Amino acid sequence: MPMEKKGNLLEIKNLTVEAAGRVILKDVILSIPRGEVAILFGPNGSGKSTLIKAIMGFSGYNITGGEIIFAGQKINSMSIEQRVKLGIGLMYQHPPKIRGVKLEQVARFLSRDTKKIKELSNELSLSEHLSRDLNLDFSGGEMKRSELFQIILQDPQLLLLDEPESGVDLENISTMGSVLNEYLKKEGKSALIITHTGYILDYIKAKRGCVMIGGKLWCVGNPKEMFGEIRKFGYEKCKECHEPQRIG
Amino acid sequence: MSRKELDNFEPADKEVIASAGIDLEEKMRSASFLQQDAQTCFSRSLIDGVEILRIEDALKEYPEAEEYYGSSFKLLGREYPQDTEGGYFIRVKKGKTIELPIQACLFLKAEGFKQRVHNLIIIEEGAKVHLITGCSAAKSADEGFHLGISEFFIHKGGYLNFTMIHSWKEDISVKPISIALVEERATFVSNYVCLRPVRDITMYPTAVLQGEASRASFNSLILSHPGSLQDIGSRVILRAKNTQAEIIARAVSLGGKVISRGHLKAESKDVKAHLECRGLILSEKGIIHAIPEMESEYRDVDMSHEAAIGKINKDEIEYLMSRGLSATEAQSIIVRGFMDVNVLALPEMLKKEIAHLEENTLGKSF
Repeated sequence: MPMEKKGNLLEIKNLTVEAAGRVILKDVILSIPRGEVAILFGPNGSGKSTLIKAIMGFSGYNITGGEIIFAGQKINSMSIEQRVKLGIGLMYQHPPKIRGVKLEQVARFLSRDTKKIKELSNELSLSEHLSRDLNLDFSGGEMKRSELFQIILQDPQLLLLDEPESGVDLENISTMGSVLNEYLKKEGKSALIITHTGYILDYIKAKRGCVMIGGKLWCVGNPKEMFGEIRKFGYEKCKECHEPQRIG
Repeated sequence: MSRKELDNFEPADKEVIASAGIDLEEKMRSASFLQQDAQTCFSRSLIDGVEILRIEDALKEYPEAEEYYGSSFKLLGREYPQDTEGGYFIRVKKGKTIELPIQACLFLKAEGFKQRVHNLIIIEEGAKVHLITGCSAAKSADEGFHLGISEFFIHKGGYLNFTMIHSWKEDISVKPISIALVEERATFVSNYVCLRPVRDITMYPTAVLQGEASRASFNSLILSHPGSLQDIGSRVILRAKNTQAEIIARAVSLGGKVISRGHLKAESKDVKAHLECRGLILSEKGIIHAIPEMESEYRDVDMSHEAAIGKINKDEIEYLMSRGLSATEAQSIIVRGFMDVNVLALPEMLKKEIAHLEENTLGKSF
């Protein structure tokens, strides 16, 4: 169902992005209304992470066409820092390890609420990790919990979640899923979530899903139904039954 | 000079001395020694079991001091400069555990002065102690020179945690020469911090693990300013079974040249040793040259090294920026993290002091 433009927190218009001299995203159109969660499916190397990195403004991702509009402002040439100030936050798929920089330092930068830091770190079983070097010798699950911890403290308007559940064991997916769902619902946040395993769909109420293949968005629909189809027939089927669509 | 006369030190000098980790109030110290140029200003022990005095006095007073003097060099077949004047003698008596650190300060004051000291540090059987040596130069000490010979004797089961803080200035040349002899089950920990400018430093301290199950670790944090040359290494010779050694070096170049050497030599089987050197180059003019060496005459050893040099990883900066830090803030927090005081093996109390010193110095550089 097309949403009213003024209700969109994020609008991506005909976005083309190059990385390392190669066109990765072609003419992508996507919008996310305020308070809505969108799911992004797609095979490896299809450009999902590139889309998120281009929205965040990382170097090495050159926008050669189109526009990214966030909360009514064109952000194409803004710095990462400016985008964060506007209200965009990212949960990394593979965060870098930073020696000597403690998780607690970043947590304190993100929030002055020490009680909240304590409670949330407890809830995500990260109390012991606060005094450790960022991501150094963290397990896959610990990294993801630490990413979720940070993004909730950061409290952005739009959460970009790059495979939040990959590498996380089932018990922890349940904890993370509940924490994330509660946060999104309570705060009325918007999110764009990349998922491979689909586990996160059991916890998050998402209205729409879409599939990225070869740098283009194909298909749009109910994410749970779409994921079921993808599991049965693979991604190629998505291409067969739908033409590339304008999502939003 | 008495303690009272210490109060006559110029405030600027006191500040420089404090920047090398010296607590002139002696609130949290068990013994102190202060030498300005060639003159001993102050030397006293506040606790039983710790002797601290000028080396010439010790050689007069204790016949056994003579036996120690130069003996570590003889053991390694090395020569050492004889024309020294001053330096400290520190002895911690058998079985004593000294909670508060001992401090020694070697201070350059007169213009063009060439300070040449010879120190003896004796840790008797089972004794445990922390020693801070702060070396610094007054504003007036232009074109100064410091040669510091240190011989450490750590007897059976003894423990010495030695922290050396260099706080020089752009026109000072420095040459420390150190050997530590470590007996059975004894431990020698050396922490080295050099964050302020200096013209050149050449040092390659050596620890000889001669008793079974003895240990040595060398940890250093080096900040290199434009125009400086710091040729700094650490060497451990593992001469007995079940000995362990670790060398960890962190260097950040703001434009100067750092040669970071490390040498692990196994002269016995069943030894374990690791060497780690990491360097960050923040300026186009900066040079870091890491030279890690490992040598073994035996197969049954476990020795390894890792070295990594480069600029700050862009991904790390952008990661922190995606949390809302500016590029400058991100760089600063990464460099501070790289120079983390936890790289040094310090007791909690000293860790806070050194972290504070480091923050004061780094705050002026970034």
